[in-house]
Amino acid sequence: MTALSASPAFRRLPAGRLVVYAIVAVIGVVLVLAPFLLHGNVRGIDVAARICIFVVLVASYDLLIGYTGIVSFAHTMFFGLGAYGTAIALKAMGPGFSAILAGGAAGVACALVLAVLIGLLSLRVKAIFFAMVTLAAASVMLVLASQLSDITGGEDGLIYEIPRFFSPATKLLTGADGKVATLFGVPLNGRVALYYFVFLSALVLFLVMVRIVRSPLGTVLEAIRENETRAEAIGYRVVAYRTAIFCLAAVIAALAGILRAVWLKYAGPEAVLSFAIMIDILLMVVIGGMGTMIGAIIGVVIMSLAQFYLKDLMQAAADATSGLPLVPDLLNPDRWLLWLGLLFILLVYFFPAGIAGTLLGKGGHK
Amino acid sequence: MKTTLARLGGVYLLPVAIGIFTLFLIPTSTWLTLTIAGLAMGMMIFLMASGLSLIFGLMDVLNFGHSAFVSFGAFIAASVLAALSSWVSGGSAALNIAALLLAVAAATTFGAAAGWFFERVVVKPVYKDHLRQILVTMGALIVAEQLILAIWGGVPIAVPRPAVLEGSILIGNVAIETYRVFAFLLGLAVYVAMYLVLRRTRIGLLIRAGVENREMVEALGFRIDRLFIGVFMAGSALAAMGGAMWAGYQALITPTLGAEMMILVFIVVIIGGLGSIEGSLLGAIMVGLTANYVAFLMPKMALASNMILMMAILLWRPYGLKPAVQK
Amino acid sequence: MSAGGSALRLDDVHTDLGQHRILHGVSLDVPEGGVHVLLGRNGAGKTTTLRTIMGLWRARSGAIVFRHHDITAMATPDIARLGIAYVPENMGIFGGLTVEENMRLASNDGSFDKGRLDRIFALFPAMQKFWDKPAHALSGGQKQMLAISRAIIERRDLILIDEPTKGLAPSIIRAMIDAFREIAKETTILLVEQNFLFARSLGATVAVIDDGRIVHTGPMAELAADEALQTRLLSLSLEAHQ
Repeated sequence: MTALSASPAFRRLPAGRLVVYAIVAVIGVVLVLAPFLLHGNVRGIDVAARICIFVVLVASYDLLIGYTGIVSFAHTMFFGLGAYGTAIALKAMGPGFSAILAGGAAGVACALVLAVLIGLLSLRVKAIFFAMVTLAAASVMLVLASQLSDITGGEDGLIYEIPRFFSPATKLLTGADGKVATLFGVPLNGRVALYYFVFLSALVLFLVMVRIVRSPLGTVLEAIRENETRAEAIGYRVVAYRTAIFCLAAVIAALAGILRAVWLKYAGPEAVLSFAIMIDILLMVVIGGMGTMIGAIIGVVIMSLAQFYLKDLMQAAADATSGLPLVPDLLNPDRWLLWLGLLFILLVYFFPAGIAGTLLGKGGHK
Repeated sequence: MKTTLARLGGVYLLPVAIGIFTLFLIPTSTWLTLTIAGLAMGMMIFLMASGLSLIFGLMDVLNFGHSAFVSFGAFIAASVLAALSSWVSGGSAALNIAALLLAVAAATTFGAAAGWFFERVVVKPVYKDHLRQILVTMGALIVAEQLILAIWGGVPIAVPRPAVLEGSILIGNVAIETYRVFAFLLGLAVYVAMYLVLRRTRIGLLIRAGVENREMVEALGFRIDRLFIGVFMAGSALAAMGGAMWAGYQALITPTLGAEMMILVFIVVIIGGLGSIEGSLLGAIMVGLTANYVAFLMPKMALASNMILMMAILLWRPYGLKPAVQK
Repeated sequence: MSAGGSALRLDDVHTDLGQHRILHGVSLDVPEGGVHVLLGRNGAGKTTTLRTIMGLWRARSGAIVFRHHDITAMATPDIARLGIAYVPENMGIFGGLTVEENMRLASNDGSFDKGRLDRIFALFPAMQKFWDKPAHALSGGQKQMLAISRAIIERRDLILIDEPTKGLAPSIIRAMIDAFREIAKETTILLVEQNFLFARSLGATVAVIDDGRIVHTGPMAELAADEALQTRLLSLSLEAHQ
């Protein structure tokens, strides 16, 4: 049963479903209008672009964990490959769309090859084994990226120019006076174009994934997740399907990496490859709701907001308790992950379907 | 040929082969130093890996929080050593060793207690549910790492090393760090103790049987859940002991120590085969040796070399070199 | 409540596996002593019945009474401790353990009664021969013998055996028949089978299960004599009619 398809559900019009759609609609509107709503707020636009990219990244991870029951820790590795491929090409070939195309393609190809290798090598064994292998692979990639400094810039990463078309000096439209045209007071320059490039690419990728999970392939994947032995008995080639979806998710993650590299004009181990990103993805997909696709949107937005507001809240609490031993240390805003981690554990115990899953009335994930 | 190799030790010859091969590439005195370092490192990794492997084998639980026990063990040992600084730096060898043993004991005790808490509170509700298990133990790992940061701060901490274990023994022109010898011997002692418990006692028999077929152990009338908690505590205690020894070895520790070691631990467990301590020992020695030889030959390839080792072994034997369950 | 001469009684037992309903009210009376057979084709619910008795799967409703104990909700180890041994279809041998260690696990205090051991060696000489060899090296028939030896290394009141003849050579099956006759002198055996010829040569009583329900119970002799009844009950798949 896919989350969005069944028409009887609409006849019942459950309140939870409406809430989810309303939240997603609001998020969608904000993201569509972000350059105008957040005009002048550089940081705000940055968060909006990051949300777009992470929705793709998290949704592609949901293909694995939610729809197929595969736990991989190599997702940032694929993300990083896309980003580094683009970054290295932009650095070497100079700013141009051909560099993005060539570097991105190379990154995606690397991701695909690695995914095939890892998949064929270890998807036939237990889920836990696979988790370990991917974790080991991802760590090695991280070390390689920081050590092969001639190519990757090492710990410092790479800083590079992106195509001139995306620079603030580019005028998308010129007004009567020859200056850049404005819409609602916002100049229609290359920065706006870059945001919409990211937003539309992310939207297309997200819709492709929604299409995939609602296709016959999605049904097969869920059959495998629910009962591997039975799926195999019916005649599905479980390893082949799993490898295929693992490769697909890897490619999409790499594509998200390209977007990240173009937006940031920077690629470094911390920014696109670190284990912290993997933790973020994991938290986002579980909080949002595994196996729902739409949960990716909710999870990413909540985590992004939490990173700002939870820290403020903790700062206030730390100040209030400054006289006590250890407590202020635990409430230090740098320790926000501590509380999020606790929240995460409780969520996995009591609401394994996540926010979207719970509201959509999908049962707990088995 | 095949049977001759098997009679000589089969896969146990692999570390020997690695050693002999590198002997041609590295000057002998350096090779000896590296080999001792590799064996010592292997033994410390063995401490961390054997518990994980046994817990996995018996309970089908992969505890990602395991690395937190390693980190906690390291920091607790560092704190105890710091508190006993007069013993540590004093001239009395007995007090030196006593301080280190106390530090290791404190870490190990903490590991056992934390293991008990982990099994009862964190893991028990999600037995048989791999996905949630991975998520919950991952969440617990995040919390534990943050706790370490909150308690000890984010800065590297210096670990005072007992004076008697400081320095090296010179044999000919080969310098052997005393601490490495100590670490190796301790690891070896733990391995022998584990081996004897598993092979010679009824509890050990039950654990080995449980690794193969939990259901049948229950059908024979044994309460498997009691075994679970015992093994979980022992495995966590060993991880903390490994962390404590590693702290003394590194002399400077950071909160990411556990996470860094965990990669090697996973590689060891995968290479060795899940659920067997012989496999863990074999894998740990191979990883320790490879890491040290490669660090000398091609410094940048140190971690990647172990990864390649793992991939090669997985291609050859998908269940590891010495899996507990005979396929 | 008296068991009235029955070793084990199942009363309207329902068992589900996930969303699948496997047993739809199994009622069964296993008399004290002798070999009793539960016959049925693949998927009829034979294995589920045994696993439900052992507490490895839980009955959704109904009652299971062993002697005077209601074991319906008991934990598997406690059920085993009451004196029930279980030989699963896959035999449940610990391949990494030696033959000796496999048997030692099943003995109450980890030591062996010399007399019992000698009788087991007489029944299955291979056990003595491979005593200190790892069990994974045994042949299929020898593994089955080990599984049964393990079940009788202590005196049990009831032994549940799931399809012991599956995949075994006729000569081994004949040895099995003799062994079961011997074992049944001191205990009750509930045997699950598809092989009617094997079942007929051993069973005192027989119950036929189909689609999660008991469709026939009675003395084995009665079923063995009544060709028409056999055809009706067993035409489903049993090897007797090949």
